[in-house]
Amino acid sequence: MIDSNSITMLSIKNLHASINGTGILNGIDLTVKSGEIHAIMGLNGSGKSTLAKVLAGHSAYEVTQGTIEFEGKNLLELAPEERARAGLFLGFQYPVEIPGVANTQFLRLAYNTIQSQRGKEELDPLEFDDFVREKMKLLDMNPDFLDRSVNEGFSGGEKKRNEILQMALLEPKLSILDETDSGLDIDALKIVAKGVNQIINKDNATILVTHYQRLLDYIVPDFVHVMQAGRIVMTGGKELAMELETRGYDWIGSDQRNAKNRLTAGAHA
Amino acid sequence: MSNKAANSGDYLQYLLNSWSAKSADKLSGLSQLRARAIDSVNTQRLPNKRDEEWRFTDISPLTQLAFPPSQQQSKVVQANDLEQFYLPETTNRLVFVDGHYAAELSTIADAPIQMIGNLPAMMRSRASTIESHLGHYAKIDGNVFSALNTAFLRDCAVIIVPKKTVIVEPIQLLFVSTQEEVSSYPRCFVIAEQDSKLTLIEDHVSITSASYITNTVAEICLAANAHVQHIRIQRDSQQAYHLANCAVSLAHASQYQSVSVSLGSKISRYNLEVQLSDENSECTIDGLTLIAGQQLSDTHTCIDHIKPHCTSHQQHKCIVDETAHAVFNGKIMVRPQAQQTNSSQSSRNLLLSNTAKVDTKPQLEIFADDVKCAHGATVGQLDSEEIFYLESRGLSKESARKLLTYAFAADIIHRIPVASLQQQLEKIVLNQMQGV
Ligand SMILES: Nc1ncnc2c1ncn2[C@@H]1O[C@H](COP(=O)(O)OP(=O)(O)OP(=O)(O)O)[C@@H](O)[C@H]1O
Ligand SMILES: [Mg+2]
Repeated sequence: MIDSNSITMLSIKNLHASINGTGILNGIDLTVKSGEIHAIMGLNGSGKSTLAKVLAGHSAYEVTQGTIEFEGKNLLELAPEERARAGLFLGFQYPVEIPGVANTQFLRLAYNTIQSQRGKEELDPLEFDDFVREKMKLLDMNPDFLDRSVNEGFSGGEKKRNEILQMALLEPKLSILDETDSGLDIDALKIVAKGVNQIINKDNATILVTHYQRLLDYIVPDFVHVMQAGRIVMTGGKELAMELETRGYDWIGSDQRNAKNRLTAGAHA
Repeated sequence: MSNKAANSGDYLQYLLNSWSAKSADKLSGLSQLRARAIDSVNTQRLPNKRDEEWRFTDISPLTQLAFPPSQQQSKVVQANDLEQFYLPETTNRLVFVDGHYAAELSTIADAPIQMIGNLPAMMRSRASTIESHLGHYAKIDGNVFSALNTAFLRDCAVIIVPKKTVIVEPIQLLFVSTQEEVSSYPRCFVIAEQDSKLTLIEDHVSITSASYITNTVAEICLAANAHVQHIRIQRDSQQAYHLANCAVSLAHASQYQSVSVSLGSKISRYNLEVQLSDENSECTIDGLTLIAGQQLSDTHTCIDHIKPHCTSHQQHKCIVDETAHAVFNGKIMVRPQAQQTNSSQSSRNLLLSNTAKVDTKPQLEIFADDVKCAHGATVGQLDSEEIFYLESRGLSKESARKLLTYAFAADIIHRIPVASLQQQLEKIVLNQMQGV
């Protein structure tokens, strides 16, 4: 929701980033305020996941130009774990499997780390077990997933649910969900969307990276951005997602001027 | 205290001389075995890196460490020094201090006293069994350390599980080193008779951080249908030298499972030889090496498929930090008769620093045609994407690395059927990496 009392949570200016000397992000500008939901769409390889990982602090990417502020602080100065502790969360497009670490052990470690950072009470294994089982009910997740190794052998959809479970546990201020909807069946999509909607409130913000307008029926975005070759080339409201669904992305490149017009018309309408 | 011996021959002579002067012989039945071992030592030399079996491990520092055999101390170690090593899961415990039996620290609760004891005690009732088996499995020719141990054999942990007997509680053999600049010669001797069952924990610990030499031999003989679980923990002092030989013989349909963990010692070497001598016998052999600093840990195993329809599974993992060096040489021998052999071996290695080193060598010698043998070896580092995933959830880089290191070792640790020992090892692994 767009709220006049909102504060600026994330401010990205002219962000350029490269990997192994190859430029991937070529000047991103994006402002996200508390309470807002932003969707980022775009063709494969346009740089959506790169943006997400740069925000989370992945060390393989080098920021060559531009600034990122998170709640007024220079995000680029923070190590990945400091970003997480400050309230930033990345739901991975491809969550990694960690054989040998029980999911419950991992979830509790992450939860307690963030809790202690916030000066809140940590939970012992028994307390945590009750707590996490409640959260899992919201996501219709089988508690068996607690005893398995982190993501190991989870189906694509199960991994995504596990990401949202982490989001629900860690209660981040800014969540970046990278294709959390990919690989989910319709029922799972509804459940996950319901979970996300329960977490969203006027004090936090969400960036959804997605290819499908379908997700946006359930989690309604305030803004839809289109990425192309490492830039945001167009911004609109949720109707832009519908248009992309029917027309694809071709027209954007071939009609830059039109795109520019939409950009000015659509932004912060 | 330590006289210097310039070369291998002097070194061995020094050891032999220092011993025979003192050993008043009570076990005359074994004197033949010892005499043969002394003769064997006299024909051998210390191995060096030109020997194929010792290519990666330079043991020559031993010639500079002519530590005399340990003497039994009158002032024995206090029980509360050792409590940290006791396992709540068992009250069956034989304690050997610097190789000498410590009756006052040992307890045997679960099993009749005739099944478990030290050599002199067991000789009273089981002399003929002992004499017909002791020294028959561990080769002494071509193995100077095994020969030395046998030459010095005076006491030993003995377990003889009678037919159809199941010893429920594990038996802990606790070998404690307390003295510096001595050499000690612990020994285990296990016979699991037909249809018997036993879990054995061979634990080498120290309450000194000094330099000493442990030269140990274990012989384990499984009769038909016997089951033996053998957990071996080597957590000697970081300055110690640990040389170990273990020989296992499996009769028809018997099962041997072992987990050996190597944590301590400056230089350690473990030779494990398993003979699948009759049909349908099975072994599962797992190993974990966790070393740092300048440690060197060498594991040599040989699984010998002699008869058809036998199964062996082996998984060995090394975690190597700083400038440490791990060696794994896993030989699988499938003899011409051993058709329908099913064997798998995996060697996985994790290097935690750029200066850590591992040499891994699977060695398959297959002389039968109808067999299933799978093997694989990997050497890797911690996965940066996994580290990033954990960091993105708030874990520091250090805790992420520790957790992933633990995860690498976890499946081996979880094969140890004693919860308290698992927990001890988990703690050690989680705290292993100091300088990250
Ligand atoms: N390590 C790398 N080396 C070279 N190029 C890379 C590397 N990592 C990513 N890229 C490139 O960066 C571009 C952007 O990738 P990114 O994963 O951000 O795309 P995306 O928009 O998330 O695509 P998708 O919709 O398929 O998830 C791609 O062309 C990709 O090949
Ligand atoms: Mg992507």
